Amino acid sequence: MLLGRTANGIYWMNRYIERAENMARLIDAGMRMALTRTSSSADEWTSVILSAGVESAFRQRHDEFSAETVTDFLLRDTSNPSSVMSAIETARNNGRMVRTALTRETWESINEAWMSLKRMLGSPVDQRDVPAVLDAIKRETALIRGAFHGTMLRNEIFDFSQIGTFVERADNTARILDVKYYVLLPSISWVGSTLDNYQWESILRSVSAHRSYRWVYEADYRPANIADYLILNNRMPRSLAYCYRNIAESLAYLADDYGALHPCHKTAGETMAKLEVGNVKTIFDAGLHEFLSCFIRDNYRLGDEVAQDYRFH
Amino acid sequence: MAAFDEMLPETTGLRKPYTGYDDWFKDQDAARLTEKMRDAERVFRKTGITFAVYGEEEAAERLIPFDIVPRIISGQEWRRLTQGIEQRVQALNAFLDDIYHRQEILRAGRIPRELIASNVAFLPEMIGVRPPGGVYTHIIGTDIVRINENEFYVLEDNARTPSGVSYMLENRETMMQLFPELFQRIKVRPVENYPQLLRQSLGAVRPDGVKDAPTIAVLTPGSFNSAYFEHAFLADQMGVQLVEGSDLRVVDGHVAMRTTEGYKQIDVLYRRVDDAYLDPLTFRPDSALGVPGIMDVYRAGNITIANAPGTGICDDKAIYSYMPEIIEFYTGRKAMLGNIPTWRCSEPDSLKYVLEHLDELVVKEVHGSGGYGMLVGPAASKKECEAFSQKLKARPANYIAQPTLSLSTCPILTEKGLAPRHVDLRPFVLVSDRIQIVPGGLTRVALKEGSLVVNSSQGGGTKDTWVLDD
Repeated sequence: MLLGRTANGIYWMNRYIERAENMARLIDAGMRMALTRTSSSADEWTSVILSAGVESAFRQRHDEFSAETVTDFLLRDTSNPSSVMSAIETARNNGRMVRTALTRETWESINEAWMSLKRMLGSPVDQRDVPAVLDAIKRETALIRGAFHGTMLRNEIFDFSQIGTFVERADNTARILDVKYYVLLPSISWVGSTLDNYQWESILRSVSAHRSYRWVYEADYRPANIADYLILNNRMPRSLAYCYRNIAESLAYLADDYGALHPCHKTAGETMAKLEVGNVKTIFDAGLHEFLSCFIRDNYRLGDEVAQDYRFH
Repeated sequence: MAAFDEMLPETTGLRKPYTGYDDWFKDQDAARLTEKMRDAERVFRKTGITFAVYGEEEAAERLIPFDIVPRIISGQEWRRLTQGIEQRVQALNAFLDDIYHRQEILRAGRIPRELIASNVAFLPEMIGVRPPGGVYTHIIGTDIVRINENEFYVLEDNARTPSGVSYMLENRETMMQLFPELFQRIKVRPVENYPQLLRQSLGAVRPDGVKDAPTIAVLTPGSFNSAYFEHAFLADQMGVQLVEGSDLRVVDGHVAMRTTEGYKQIDVLYRRVDDAYLDPLTFRPDSALGVPGIMDVYRAGNITIANAPGTGICDDKAIYSYMPEIIEFYTGRKAMLGNIPTWRCSEPDSLKYVLEHLDELVVKEVHGSGGYGMLVGPAASKKECEAFSQKLKARPANYIAQPTLSLSTCPILTEKGLAPRHVDLRPFVLVSDRIQIVPGGLTRVALKEGSLVVNSSQGGGTKDTWVLDD
């Protein structure tokens, strides 16, 4: 038996851990792009902020999109609820609230991540130190995930954790794609310019997939392959299809355990179906941007339905 | 006069309960012990991250200091103490039942009527209510001080919501990790089964008509409460849900918690939320910590609340001063454990005495706790005494006074070896259809030389407390 409040805490704890990690990746990709002289760095930082889904909050705090303003806003600004600092703090507060549902290893890894990131992000980060800080964030979240997967019982608590993680991750991947969808649209020549190549690599880099892409497809970046990889590939751990396979699996376990199907099961099933089209061309034909905005909306709705169906509040 | 040392009193030499420990200690290398002291700190920081993080902001650094020298009590001393505590706890429950029903003790004129009638801790809502199993105070942490070989006194009854039991358990756990060999040499009675006993005890006072497997939950004010660690710890160890007010509501005449599958009935609620916040419909309307309507469910006999609402009157220090009369009235026998002589400032003669001897006395508010709002005469300046006497004259009934006691000492390990420090003792009592006292308790120790203040907020630490199996 699980309290609705506990399920809520577990779900959000995992969403925020995932978010902290995704922010680090986005900044990483943004820095890389800004280094290439072929693009305007302000444009790149703007798309980082757009991908993070925090544009209006950012504009309230800063006038200029630069490495300094964007990294500070995404790393340590506590007025930004999605900054790494806010996310890890919210994750820990949720973890603390559901302490009795976590193994000691899991709880301690979250608490230690919080302590060390609080130290690291307590004062402004020098641009030269940003890479080291990003590494530290990824390391801390990897430790949490390791402790979690190594010690948690595969029960309803695990299922709500998985749903939280993958709803957040799917949202993140979809946003990254949507912000840059235009560079993926088929161009007349189908051969990208140097700039396009950088853009494509940046998309892959922001989901840590620039190496694994080459293991799956030929070495050249091709927009259709990139879209296929991040949307439909079942084995790519940050693709929309992979996220939804995991969400559907956890929802199925919950349905079994509790002996009840809810609206969230239907929504997840419908979204799954759209990701089983087999060929990314179908998606391009119907409109990539339309597909992605619809996905982001449905994914958001799924989160709401899970909260309602399992009495989070 | 020097304080009585429980290990090595000046006059008689090493006391028997400590002989086994002393044998072991003599063989220890000072450097190794210092190392162990650091280990203890590390163990606490690790498991102990727990203590730390559950405190307030920045609590990452906040540990309650732990001393590695155990406080040792012989089996015989313990039997004597427990008999006295049992008698006292019986009297407390009988007293609560009486004042919320026939009020025989008032009719007999043993304690003044206004002490009850006008007491904020007396809940008129409890008049005529008989809790399941007839138990009012289920969990008690009696504070005991020692003066010499044979004199023990009760300092406070803590019949409302005693805390600290998690420290008793963690302290033992730490000692067993640090010094496993000591526990092989010396037979120490175990305390580890406290959570199981607590669970059984709470289950035994379930409401009438509830089958053998009652649903128990711990009610906490939330993760920002300073004792949240203990609430989570106990729920975890008992294997029951840790709930907040927002998880609960009244459904079909029962209190129920919101689970992922809907509302589930709760039969026994171990609440760590004060009376005033328990039910916004009955008490403070602005409280979000409690459950609207829980008092109606309670009065209908459909839930056990531990401890019962209205129990707090036993912690009133003016009521405390009548404990010898209360014990005699309900048990028909003299109190086995002494009360500290107490002057009630509401009585003109006492007030006069207190005002004249302010520099020798400890003056406390009747509703106070945790060392707040009190005056320690011998440690106070003339100006402080003067200011306090104004407060006393303005509201004499709000105060009681007690002599400054020379609390016993136990050795702690310092950089210069063993050194005596003042201690008190809080054993934990469970009441259901029987009374159970786990052999041990929380020993609080004033770490500053000469200090009598054991509170953790003011430089106090804790020790593992051993009751010998002899």
